[in-house]
Amino acid sequence: MADRRLEAPGRFTGFSPLNFALLVALGAVVLASMGKVAPSPQQLVDGVPGMVNLVGRMLPPNTEPAFLARIGLRILETFQIALVGAAIGILLSLPIAWCAARGVSPLGRGNVVVKAFISFLRTVPDLVWALIFVASIGLGAVAGTMTIVVDTIGFCGRFFAEAMEDAEKEPQEALSAIGAGRGSILVGAILPDIMPSLINSSLFALEKAVRSSVVLGLVGAGGIGQELKVAFDLFQYRNASMIILAIFAIVLLMEMCTDKLRARIQ
Amino acid sequence: MLDLVTDRPSAAAQALAQTGPLISARGLCKSYDRRRMILDGVDLEIAAGERVALIGSNGSGKSTLLKSLIGLHPISSGTLQCFGDPVDARGSRKQRLAMRRQTGFVFQKHCLVRRRTVLSNVIHGLFGDAGSWRAFSHALAPPDWRDRAMQALAEVDLADKALERADALSGGQQQRVAIARALVRRPRLLIADEPAASLDPVSGRNVMELFTQLCRDHGITLLYTSHDMAHAVDYADRIVALKGGKVLFDRPAAQVTRGDLKDTFDG
Repeated sequence: MADRRLEAPGRFTGFSPLNFALLVALGAVVLASMGKVAPSPQQLVDGVPGMVNLVGRMLPPNTEPAFLARIGLRILETFQIALVGAAIGILLSLPIAWCAARGVSPLGRGNVVVKAFISFLRTVPDLVWALIFVASIGLGAVAGTMTIVVDTIGFCGRFFAEAMEDAEKEPQEALSAIGAGRGSILVGAILPDIMPSLINSSLFALEKAVRSSVVLGLVGAGGIGQELKVAFDLFQYRNASMIILAIFAIVLLMEMCTDKLRARIQ
Repeated sequence: MLDLVTDRPSAAAQALAQTGPLISARGLCKSYDRRRMILDGVDLEIAAGERVALIGSNGSGKSTLLKSLIGLHPISSGTLQCFGDPVDARGSRKQRLAMRRQTGFVFQKHCLVRRRTVLSNVIHGLFGDAGSWRAFSHALAPPDWRDRAMQALAEVDLADKALERADALSGGQQQRVAIARALVRRPRLLIADEPAASLDPVSGRNVMELFTQLCRDHGITLLYTSHDMAHAVDYADRIVALKGGKVLFDRPAAQVTRGDLKDTFDG
């Protein structure tokens, strides 16, 4: 008789009937949802002529110098919104993340309140924040910058706090043992240890800010998005295609720069 | 348990009589889960200028005792005085920090900030002083702090490594940096938790000699734990053995016998 210890284990160990039932239920929900909102093959086929027509009207992109100059200024404004918003957001994220980090926070167990606040900032979409700031501050770039600040705090606040929680404990204990306060431990032991992670998260936040700032103009919060909305509203599709190309260029450029910086840090 | 005062060397007894103990623990108990006592009624007095080795097997409570002495681990019961001030969970944070600022602490795993320079790590020893955010980096530190840190590095023979990253040094060198960090403020008491345990025998001996020499030169009281009996016998005036959280014996290093050590580490 074969030795039972040498038999290969079952292929689906740990896959209980409950897990199987949950998987079937999830599949059913996805299929039911597809029936409601997914495009049917007929709809896709019917949409092709419309898409071809639209692309035809978008070509060639508008390259008039006066238009390009206007687009250039809007691109610059978009980049400024992203850069200033991300910079302020990253700076504000540091103390907020410190207060939110478990085991490090000067608020002790009060850190959960700050964590909940960060979650709130993160869960509200950036376009909703933009609508709120446009309604409260008014149309324009300042509303866009405020939106990026809040969005960046939601993003960086979480990742900075997690990095602080995971920082090496031994140097913190060593500084605590010689009488360093919480602030000293933060600047002396925690920040140097997590600096690569902070820079990495900040670069991702900057990339995200550039992508966000492009669409904020759709709701009146300044930047190139505003030009895109006007172009579509007035059926100026050649203008729209040029703006889309400009957006692609700025996002690509930003991702290339941040990738290079990230590679240098690592 | 042996009587502490009668077993202490005469020089230390005189210091104790003149100035009072630097550390005084009576009936010290510590439990993390309220079921198992890690420290169970420890009595200990250390006079200024003494060098005391704390020995015991793993889990005997040595590290817990060291950390309890400076309030890193709050004691469960008993009385503890450090530099004449009570240390307990009810004491203010300010009071605990003030007490720790008179103490240097060296850990087994040196606990340096790996990504910072050797000089910055030594300057970190001045955290807690006025304007101490400037101890973040040697580039921001006041000139006299930089001078003191360089002097401390020279004492451990590492002045030429000041601008190297801490993690670029060998284990023995990193432990010497940790010693410089602990000594830069000229503490009254230096506590070391198995300072030579992670080092090879030669580096370990060098570190122990450096320790005792610097403490002797600057009149610093030394309390350290060690698993190496040669380190305990050769470098301490007095040896305190812990077993099961209790003091097994407390006597001058010269009077400790092979039988004492056997009792300490057996079963």
